[in-house]
Amino acid sequence: MKLKLSIKGRQSMWAYIFISVPILFFICIRIVPTLYAFNVSLHKWDLLSKEKPFVFLDNFKELFHDEVFLAALINTGKYILFAVPIGLVLSLCIALLLNTVTKGASIYRMVVFIPYVTSVVAVSWVWRWMFMKQGGVVNNIIGLFGIGNQPFLDSTSQAIFVVISNVIWQALGFYTIIFLAGVKQIPQTYYEAAKIDGASPWQRFRNITIPMLNPTIVYLTVMASIQTLQVFTQVFNITSGGQGIAGGPLNSTVSVVLYIYQLAFINYKMGYASAATVVLFVIILCISLFQMKVLDKKYDY
Amino acid sequence: MIRKILSMILAGCMTVSLLAGCVSEKVTEDSSKGTNASNSSLTKAEPVTIEYWQYFYETKVNLMDELIADFQDKNPNITVVQKHFPYDSYQQKVAAAISSGTGPDIINLYYGWVPKYVKSGTLQELPEASFSAEKIESTFAPMVTVNKIDGKYYTVPTAVRTLGLFWNKDIFKENGLDPEKPPKTIEELVEMAKKCTKVVNGKLEVEGLTFQPSGQLHAWFRPVLLKQFGQEPISEDKKTVQWNASEGGYKAFEFLVNLAKVEKVGEKDFFTDDSTAFISGKAALHIDGSYRLGSLKSQAKDLNYGVTVLPSYNGVETSFGSFWTNGITTNATGAKLDASVKFLEHLTSIETMKAWTEKIGEIGAKNEIAEDPELLKDEKLAPFIKQLPVADSYFYVDEDADRKALMDAIDQVLLNNMDPKKALDQAVEKVQGLLDEYWKK
Repeated sequence: MKLKLSIKGRQSMWAYIFISVPILFFICIRIVPTLYAFNVSLHKWDLLSKEKPFVFLDNFKELFHDEVFLAALINTGKYILFAVPIGLVLSLCIALLLNTVTKGASIYRMVVFIPYVTSVVAVSWVWRWMFMKQGGVVNNIIGLFGIGNQPFLDSTSQAIFVVISNVIWQALGFYTIIFLAGVKQIPQTYYEAAKIDGASPWQRFRNITIPMLNPTIVYLTVMASIQTLQVFTQVFNITSGGQGIAGGPLNSTVSVVLYIYQLAFINYKMGYASAATVVLFVIILCISLFQMKVLDKKYDY
Repeated sequence: MIRKILSMILAGCMTVSLLAGCVSEKVTEDSSKGTNASNSSLTKAEPVTIEYWQYFYETKVNLMDELIADFQDKNPNITVVQKHFPYDSYQQKVAAAISSGTGPDIINLYYGWVPKYVKSGTLQELPEASFSAEKIESTFAPMVTVNKIDGKYYTVPTAVRTLGLFWNKDIFKENGLDPEKPPKTIEELVEMAKKCTKVVNGKLEVEGLTFQPSGQLHAWFRPVLLKQFGQEPISEDKKTVQWNASEGGYKAFEFLVNLAKVEKVGEKDFFTDDSTAFISGKAALHIDGSYRLGSLKSQAKDLNYGVTVLPSYNGVETSFGSFWTNGITTNATGAKLDASVKFLEHLTSIETMKAWTEKIGEIGAKNEIAEDPELLKDEKLAPFIKQLPVADSYFYVDEDADRKALMDAIDQVLLNNMDPKKALDQAVEKVQGLLDEYWKK
């Protein structure tokens, strides 16, 4: 039987053949390991032991009674709750300011973007030293204003905010550039028309800039949330208590990904760590689905 | 149509990857059978190759090369291959290799990891002929009994480390103390530490005694302080945690946290950590292992310091001993096993131990070493060697989690103002959970 295809059909057939190579690659390094992790999460999978018994949902039951995991979930919530809104508001302000700059705009943009391309590990260590209790530069500066020595990283309540400040600082450049691109796309005619009608700057911002930026805001919120959900490097480097135990005093900064790492690669509890990964996977999946739903909305102005 | 094509391609991809998986599995199966067959056909005279693994520590790796060359001269039919990995990834490499059935015949492990490896069935019991329990207990330092599991030994060390007390003579002099008289008892320790502590405008400038729970402080607490306050840290059968089993245990913990809370002689993370503070001349007294001598020699050439035995209390003199120890894995069978045992005998000979003590700064693990006049000449190393017969180890089933439990308890007291008794109870509960899980069949 001869396969009958329209011209369009033949073109797409070739397209699929070419796409199949990256798809195969994608399946091998992403999909299959993910499915395998689901399988591992249902076993008591100790890397050292030869027996890996099937325990069904026991790992998940244990997880939700695990103090450290619950602390990690709450901390990760805190990271998102503080880092995302503050980061977005700040970067929107910077983007609007940059938008009005005409001379040397590219230099300002570069300066704003630099934190994003610096090494996370290096910056984290700079933070760690800046916020040191003894001899840290931050304590010296606030000392000039008569504020006493703060414990910062040695405090269960302050440590997490030191990490959050680092997360915000680092991501700011990326958000700003995306916002700037969004702002540049808003047609000037809207602003001109609004001006003629006598709209104040705040009204213009509130009723033109924000609605027109809505897709950008949604995109950045979702991206930032997913990235922050996976926060690891900063926590690991800023609040490691020495000799491999990271996560701040009394688990006050431990994040979900950091805990997964500790379970898997320090305790070798692969099954248990996979179960935690599955929980994280579900959370990220929900956020992604939410993104698709919201982004699919058509905006018409 | 498009969907059909797509699904066909996807299905195709999956079959290809499945087939690839099957093929590679078969290949490995065949090759493993091959090596098994060749193992059993080997006879003693035939050449045999064994693998030895340790983490990378330059002087250890170099000395091991010499020891291997020496061993191969004496046993021309045996070849020993040394493999080493960076410390940070060592455990991961070992675990991954062992779980896939490859890996070394002889392995160097931290003693605290041994119970885990024994439980997973990757270490074999040491052969009666060369390493019987009686023989080990009569010749090796008493601390090795820590890894006697169900009456059996699975590993023996070449060398061990004990904790000693380092003191900065210059800081002693500045504060009117005799620089040649370090504290002998815990009471003196606290008194001298208080004298040496320097606080300017509420900021700590010089620590009297270092206080770093993640460093060696936790090891000083258990077993040393606990024993001195009259409480064994763990029950005879290694199944029950006893840190809080008596008033003595609570008192030991209170003494420890009060160093930072009441006496304020030290602070956590002062100058990054305890050893950095001491090396930088910012701490008067510091408890650390013999392995610190090396970094002091290279990083603090001008530091005027001395080393002595740990201070006693209630007349109890003890120290904490820890060690890297050698075991034979279940990979070694037949001729490989014989060769591995021979190599292990070589690694635990008195000659090897002496060379190890001189070149590495760890102390040979046999009691004989403690009386060796040659080695006792080194006045920095001597206090560590002298403590060999009194030092004790602590039985870990999960070193990190055990230490974390104690660190958390200290944090609870210092940061959250929790009652020390309650904090210690919480820590004991956590560690007991670890032990229960370990002993559960």
